[in-house]
Amino acid sequence: MRRVLTCLLSNDPGVLNRFTGTLTRRQVNINSISISPVGDNSASRVTAIVYLDNETTAKQLVAQLNKQIDVLEIHDITDQPHVERELALIRVNAAANKRAELFAMVQPFRADVVDVALDSLMLQITGSRDKVNALLRVVQPYGVTQVVRTGVAGFTRAEG
Amino acid sequence: MQAPEEQAMPERNGAELLLDTLTAQNVEMIFGYPGGAVLPLYDAVYRQQFRHILVRHEQGAAHAAEGYAKATGKPGVVFVTSGPGATNAITGIADAMMDSAPIVVFTGQVGTGAIGSDAFQEADVLSMTASITKNNYQVHDVRDLPRIINEAFYVATTGRKGPVLIDLPKDIVNATTNAPLPAAVNLPQYRPTPEIDKRQVAALMAALSQAHKPLLLVGNGVHAAAAQTEVQRFAQRYQVPVVSTLLGLGVMPNASPLFLGMGGMHGVYTANIALSECDLLINVGSRFDDRLATAPQKFAPYATIAHIDIDAAELGKIIPATYPIEGDAKAVLQLMLRSSATKPEVSAWQQQLQQWQAAHPLSYEKGTAEIKPQQVVELVGELTHGDAYVVTDVGQHQMWAAQYYPFKHQHQLITSGGLGTMGFGIPAAIGTKLAAPDKQVVLFIGDGGIQMTSEELEVIAANDLDIKIVLLNNHMLGMVRQWQDLFYDRRRSATVFDHQPNFTKLAEAYGITAHHLTDPQTVAADLAAAFATTHAALIEVAIPELEPVMPMIAPGKPNNEMMERD
Ligand SMILES: Cc1ncc(C[n+]2csc(CCOP(=O)(O)OP(=O)(O)O)c2C)c(N)n1
Repeated sequence: MRRVLTCLLSNDPGVLNRFTGTLTRRQVNINSISISPVGDNSASRVTAIVYLDNETTAKQLVAQLNKQIDVLEIHDITDQPHVERELALIRVNAAANKRAELFAMVQPFRADVVDVALDSLMLQITGSRDKVNALLRVVQPYGVTQVVRTGVAGFTRAEG
Repeated sequence: MQAPEEQAMPERNGAELLLDTLTAQNVEMIFGYPGGAVLPLYDAVYRQQFRHILVRHEQGAAHAAEGYAKATGKPGVVFVTSGPGATNAITGIADAMMDSAPIVVFTGQVGTGAIGSDAFQEADVLSMTASITKNNYQVHDVRDLPRIINEAFYVATTGRKGPVLIDLPKDIVNATTNAPLPAAVNLPQYRPTPEIDKRQVAALMAALSQAHKPLLLVGNGVHAAAAQTEVQRFAQRYQVPVVSTLLGLGVMPNASPLFLGMGGMHGVYTANIALSECDLLINVGSRFDDRLATAPQKFAPYATIAHIDIDAAELGKIIPATYPIEGDAKAVLQLMLRSSATKPEVSAWQQQLQQWQAAHPLSYEKGTAEIKPQQVVELVGELTHGDAYVVTDVGQHQMWAAQYYPFKHQHQLITSGGLGTMGFGIPAAIGTKLAAPDKQVVLFIGDGGIQMTSEELEVIAANDLDIKIVLLNNHMLGMVRQWQDLFYDRRRSATVFDHQPNFTKLAEAYGITAHHLTDPQTVAADLAAAFATTHAALIEVAIPELEPVMPMIAPGKPNNEMMERD
């Protein structure tokens, strides 16, 4: 089952290593991980998407991670109302005669064109993983030459 | 609130600051080995005349620190140099992690500017030890040093204890500062003493009142919490029989009628049957490791399980518990003792257990032609009145020591449980003896394991440590040979020593008195004679090559499917 973990790590050397090490050592398959310093840079916020067998292993994993001294906070937010977003940059072939068509296709996704070259475009999209996947499917026939995805970032919605 | 301005201190370098911080932590000795990257550190050791035990291999330093820690509960401290010094210590660090032994390891590191350049004797110790330390640090500013050290000691000795490593770039220990020693540790996210769920405790006590076949399982966590008294009082008050893990030995005196013995792979028959038959199992401070819960799916099939552990990650890891209780063993037991729950009706259970005990006592075939290892352990038990610190290496002799020594104190058995590290014995015995110089220390060791860290015999000799080394020589890697005989049709691949060193001469080369016992008729007197000295002795005992450790549960078989001796 897919689990969304959100976590605050102290921003010290080796900490990410310990964090991912705990996951790999327990044979956890990391689907995506996004990390960046937040606040005064003394801590980093991590969102990790992992696939686990069941809820017991999910609880186990959270307990294992929580044991790490540098894990300041960790929550499994899968079952709470939460927002997940991802950013992707996609370079897609776009000969002059195909451009208009392409623009029209990506519009409903609210993707931006962030770079234009002679025969290609770079699209930027933010949204849920599904939305990014959907855009990728749509532009695939034109020839996608490069993709980068940030991995999911997320946290819980405010209550009430 | 504003912290009061801390008094600036006289200028000192990182090495001096480090030793001053250790002194403030009441560290009385360091186990270590010098090298280029720790020259400044060793210079400070020299100038401050800090007590330093020079081991002969860094693995020995880590195991000695473990022995020290396991015997006293106090943290053991290790100094090693960068690169090979650090990698040599790794086995001991991993061992400490598995058995939750509090040690603090300082590793030298190349200078900050050279890190990452494949400099001479550089190794990425932080990465290598990430999974075998409770936490590890690399110091980047000399002023952080006291804080980091204090944190390391705090983390190592609280919660579920374990090893912490501090990597010291050479320039950091050379740099000078007048930074003060900080007082309190500030780690708000680290909560080593969890709030105990009182409702869960009450529910457990209610279940206990209703139980007909309750059983207490005690593990290393009881030693860590120094909760021997509480366990005994609880078992006594509710007349609950007790089984221990290997590392839980000593919590209940072997002589107690409530003690059924060690459970698990080489456990006592009744202890294992009790684990299979009980209807309420209260596990205090053990982690259902596979040497105890040999077949988790079939473990304690009729039991409601209560699991008390200070490490939340252990709860439900192997065996789901109806009553998971996160907490320090002592604190939880105290709460349980405060309960006014009525005593369960256990007389039928006790009768049943006594019948099993009578029908299946721990036993071996006494030899007249050969000295039996089990008898040697029993004789040593008598000679030492069950009072000695018993240190073991890993293998058959370890199991015989666990089965036949009459334990009675917490912290009394010093052995490598989780990692099963051959070579642990000699250095761990050194650490034990140094921690408890007035106590008798006996080491049981095999002819394989003694060859792994025999260089540390020199430390025993040089420090005149009264350690009785009982070498049970079967000319085999006995435990592996036993498995080959049982599961690989007696194909004894690489387990038979066709050639062996002369162990008595080896000991004598270090200046250690040595004995070679071969006569079963005189073994008791010979042992007594060998023990009648206040200096170290190596006592090599010739034992039968093919003696098996029994009973035994084959791996993956449940606790009630024991092989017993023919
Ligand atoms: C460092 C290490 N290497 C290998 C093993 C695997 N092993 C477990 S017991 C054993 C045999 C030990 O032989 P010996 O020291 O002679 O003791 P005995 O079993 O004969 O009492 C071996 C090789 C181990 N536990 N540790």
